[in-house]
Amino acid sequence: MKKLINATDDVVVEALQGMEHAHPSLKVVYEPKYVVRGDAPVSGKVGIISGGGSGHEPMHGGFVGMGMLDAACPGEVFTSPTPDQMLEATKAVDGGAGVLHIVKNYTGDVLNFEMAAELAAADDIDVEAVVIDDDVAVQDSSFTAGRRGVGATVLAEKICGAAAEAGRDLAAVKELCERVNANGRSMGMALTSCTVPAAGKPTFELGDDEMEIGIGIHGEPGRERRPVATAAEVAKMLVDPILTDLPYAEGEKALVFVNSMGGTPLIELYIIYNEVAKILAEHGIEVARNLIGPYITSLEMQGCSVTLLKLDDEMTELWDAPVNTPGLRWGA
Amino acid sequence: MANGTTVTVDDLVAWVHRFSEVITEHADELTQLDSAIGDADHGTNMRRGCRAAVDALAAAEPGDITGFGRAIAMKVISTVGGASGPLYGSFFLALGTTGGSASEMDAAGTVAALKAGVEAIRTRGKAEPGDKTMLDALLPAIAAMEGSLDNGGSLADALQAGTTAAEEGMRATIPMLARKGRASYLGERSIGHQDPGATSSWLLVRSAAETLAA
Repeated sequence: MKKLINATDDVVVEALQGMEHAHPSLKVVYEPKYVVRGDAPVSGKVGIISGGGSGHEPMHGGFVGMGMLDAACPGEVFTSPTPDQMLEATKAVDGGAGVLHIVKNYTGDVLNFEMAAELAAADDIDVEAVVIDDDVAVQDSSFTAGRRGVGATVLAEKICGAAAEAGRDLAAVKELCERVNANGRSMGMALTSCTVPAAGKPTFELGDDEMEIGIGIHGEPGRERRPVATAAEVAKMLVDPILTDLPYAEGEKALVFVNSMGGTPLIELYIIYNEVAKILAEHGIEVARNLIGPYITSLEMQGCSVTLLKLDDEMTELWDAPVNTPGLRWGA
Repeated sequence: MANGTTVTVDDLVAWVHRFSEVITEHADELTQLDSAIGDADHGTNMRRGCRAAVDALAAAEPGDITGFGRAIAMKVISTVGGASGPLYGSFFLALGTTGGSASEMDAAGTVAALKAGVEAIRTRGKAEPGDKTMLDALLPAIAAMEGSLDNGGSLADALQAGTTAAEEGMRATIPMLARKGRASYLGERSIGHQDPGATSSWLLVRSAAETLAA
């Protein structure tokens, strides 16, 4: 294992210390761990919290700031954070208008956020939770943990953050979050595995000439393993299942999010984006907005994911609203 | 020390010490199992959580069963993370609540407390037998303990029977199709792998047999 670290046990804390130095507008609390807006709680504003295992940077800590998250709870690498973190973060951002928990659908995240919500309720804080489950690679059935939460999480955090900033109430922000989830679909792929620092070895083995289609952001296996293909073929393998799952009528608008798993460079993301745009054009889908880059990563994994969000005017307007976070910034 | 008929708070603390030792010994194996069908962190997380639990018990010096359960549960929940934290945390919390404000439990009381812990895992995780989870080791273990006591067995007999049943239950997860947690994403590909949660649960029962009625 080759990594720029000091000690495997110190990875999460030292990365937080770096963030704290780099972004004075944020406050980092270490016991228990969470990253919070320096001006929290914002009086009268719905607070928005997310959290999850570390290793997906900039998600979630990099999305804390004006117009997006109020706080983020980082767990160990690929491990859910714990209810004590979520409870303290919830208290820290409660400006009197309640707090929304945006939870990615993984068993650990869901169980820990459930416990945190129970604890917060006992402290008389109004908490609502929305579970994001946009990964079409997983067959949605009662016989699995359900679809994983992936790319749509970033879009939900941005859009809901803007709504909260605009003064909408908790019920409205929650409804919007559910709407983003209902209209967002993602599919990912990997060219290489990644190595969790504490494990020291690649999470899975993938041959030099193989790729995994439908990979999860923790290296969970996907739908199938197959020989590497061209960017055009890969784009089709990612977009087709999305459009099968959530068909678009001609002329409908989409936000296209092409995400790097961490190890894939921007030059390749643009090639994929180009192919995705061609496919969408064939279907008569208008690409109204896009986001291209590493936003929800899986350590150093090479690969990408594509998320399509079917946009309405309200979501588009909130997407365009100012945001000022380490990981996403415009208009501010 | 236990005399074979009652379990004291000190015995429970010794159980957690022993569990922490065996988890540390088996941490790499647990992580290896988890990398096959999960996210390769079960051993690391359990080792971190068990060590913290040992420290928390030393600091809390619980005087009764409820205090023991509470001290370890909050620590496990706040240090293990993942799904295992809330699940094992709920186990100890319910075990302590059932044990109550007494400072010791008899054989039937001990098995009842263990059973309450396992039921709490079932409620929190919403899993059923056969889903390829911790419960596939724990539910047979509790049934075997109850059966042993019903047949006039001692607590030592019951815990031994529970350990054997937990081990069999753990092995029985190998051909199962996972229906909960990250392993469920694998579908058919989860078949042929032993469940890491069932494995740490077997170690939990085995540690109990080694300490509670020693």
